Amino acid sequence: MLTIKNLHAKIDGREILQGVDLRVAAGEVHAVMGPNGAGKSTLANVLAGREGYEVTGQVRFDGEDLLAMSPEDRAAAGVFLAFQHPVEIPGVGNMYFIRTALNSVRRQRGLDELEAMDFLALAEQRMQLLEMDKAFLSRSVNEGFSGGEKKRNEILQMAILEPKLAILDETDSGLDIDALRVVANGLNALRAAGRAMLVITHHQRLLDYIVPDRVHVMAAGRIVRSGDKDLAVELEEYGYTSVEKQTAADRPTRVRASA
Amino acid sequence: MTMATAAAGVFSRLELPVGGDHPGWRTDARSAALGWVAEHGFPTLKDEDWKYTGLGAILQVPFEPAAPGTGHGLTLSTLDTLALDLGGPRLVFLNGHFAAELSRLTGLPDGLTVTNLAAVVAGGPDRFGPRSVRPPGQHQHAFAAFNDALTEDGAYIHLAAGTTVAEPIQLVFFSDPGGSPLVSSPRSVVLAGPGSRATIVETYAGAPDKVYCTNTVTDVVLEDGARVEHYKVQDETEAAFHISTLDVRQGRDSFFSSHLIALGAAIGRHEVRVLLAGDAAQVNLDGLYMPQRDQHHDNTILVDHAAPGCTSHQFYTGVLDGNGRGVFNGRIMVRPGADGTDANQKNKNLLLSDRAEVDTRPRLEIYADDVKCTHGAAVGQIDEEALFYLRSRGISHQSARGVLIYAFAQELVERIDLEPLRAHVKMLVTNRLGGHR
Repeated sequence: MLTIKNLHAKIDGREILQGVDLRVAAGEVHAVMGPNGAGKSTLANVLAGREGYEVTGQVRFDGEDLLAMSPEDRAAAGVFLAFQHPVEIPGVGNMYFIRTALNSVRRQRGLDELEAMDFLALAEQRMQLLEMDKAFLSRSVNEGFSGGEKKRNEILQMAILEPKLAILDETDSGLDIDALRVVANGLNALRAAGRAMLVITHHQRLLDYIVPDRVHVMAAGRIVRSGDKDLAVELEEYGYTSVEKQTAADRPTRVRASA
Repeated sequence: MTMATAAAGVFSRLELPVGGDHPGWRTDARSAALGWVAEHGFPTLKDEDWKYTGLGAILQVPFEPAAPGTGHGLTLSTLDTLALDLGGPRLVFLNGHFAAELSRLTGLPDGLTVTNLAAVVAGGPDRFGPRSVRPPGQHQHAFAAFNDALTEDGAYIHLAAGTTVAEPIQLVFFSDPGGSPLVSSPRSVVLAGPGSRATIVETYAGAPDKVYCTNTVTDVVLEDGARVEHYKVQDETEAAFHISTLDVRQGRDSFFSSHLIALGAAIGRHEVRVLLAGDAAQVNLDGLYMPQRDQHHDNTILVDHAAPGCTSHQFYTGVLDGNGRGVFNGRIMVRPGADGTDANQKNKNLLLSDRAEVDTRPRLEIYADDVKCTHGAAVGQIDEEALFYLRSRGISHQSARGVLIYAFAQELVERIDLEPLRAHVKMLVTNRLGGHR
């Protein structure tokens, strides 16, 4: 589904991604871990189409050249980014926003738009999954939401837009243990044969709930090590430094992340 | 003082036009108004109140006063589309002349007088003179003086003590100059007796692509405990000029609010002057201005706190596109003895193009102690983070931009309490942003 080859990204002359290689197949959950500044969020943003980066390399999504597409076209094609810091938009109702988004992607996918009542029924059903109060729909997008509410609102959008590839950028950060459980249960319910997830996280915590098929370690703009779910446990125990040291010793052999 | 004069037309002649049905007692005042212009000239950029609005484009057009009976192409259905029918009394003026056949003055509640001003003026100076906003012979600037000299008609609204009028009173000013540039000079007077309540909606519009000038003055006097909500939709043709003065005097415990929606005109200026003359009076002034292409929208405000314990709020928002130019020139005066004054002022602007410009200028003059006075101004562009957020959810760049612009303007639209008018304004604003949606 997703094939990344030698992806580089620069911003303000600084090279943040320095040759990322990654393959994710449909139905798989991949975790990307690594210390601050490793380039994890940049990877997520570059995949979603955020402007301002100088990007080289290749990203294929369902055979299409993802890097050539606008952010909205990527969304229509099935890419979804759950933001690390969801944006507050005063004056734009949450329900209006999500419905406009859904109908935009439905149009692009050749489906009929949903009427307000049908949309409401769908939204309420998805909100139950995330134990969200209906009042969230009538508020402005993320305005005055707590950290945990913002993250739930991201996963609500994902549940409604039904992407093929969900990139979750530190969705666990800022969540207390109860909220983490709710969000993780929601995400598990959204696991499907045709849907891949790229879970970006600092901590193993989230991976106790969402058991990944593969775990990748990023450092200095590259994926330096890949393994199964046990790699996350190892990282939690020994820290990133040991992994990075080990990787340094391995060089120049490039560790390939493969699905 | 620098004198500025008009190049041609009625603004250059300083003579009363021949004709018109004016009672003798008005002649002196009209001549005196022209005398005032001869002495003071037109405002220039050196005047603090006109610092950002040049008048060259207006003064070079040879405007002539409109004759009665012109511009009668307007039908009731066009009128309803332009200005809505809010169900209450409605006065319609064509090129500044009263159009009785398009107006509705029947079924007025007891205590309410709504008529055209000329009918009152014909009754002699005592009908309204003593209660007018300004002392006679005093003019704010040349346009206000010309309004006094050239006005043919306008609305006259009188609320007797304790009268509550539920239906909004609509004033519609429509211009259709035909072939040559015309100026209309409507003059309206609202006298709200003690404890009375009313809502007034002014709409200004005109025939497409026509060059005309609306030079309008509305005087509002609120006696003790009166409550008046005022709305104004300035939807003039983009080739037109609109110069207006809203002059308000408030008594003790009175409440006045004004909401301006400025959409049209090549140069549109809306000046509000509020004198808080009685204790504990309150005033709220809102404005939304949306110049685009080559439009210029000037908002000049004076809130004069002359009595203790009064509250004033100003909240103006600008959305500027193309070569659009906006002005927020907001002055708050707190006179000696006006203790316990609570005055605030907020101005926010969204610039949608690199060429759009806004001058925002708070002017606070405080001569009393125990005063709470705040002001804030902001000028920004579309939030790129929010734009990316919307696009990442599949909303096109153009739609996302439209959503964000409307969200910015909406804050002011939502402050319109009058429901049918709010829906109408929402439609006008949305159409205006059509290029972005």
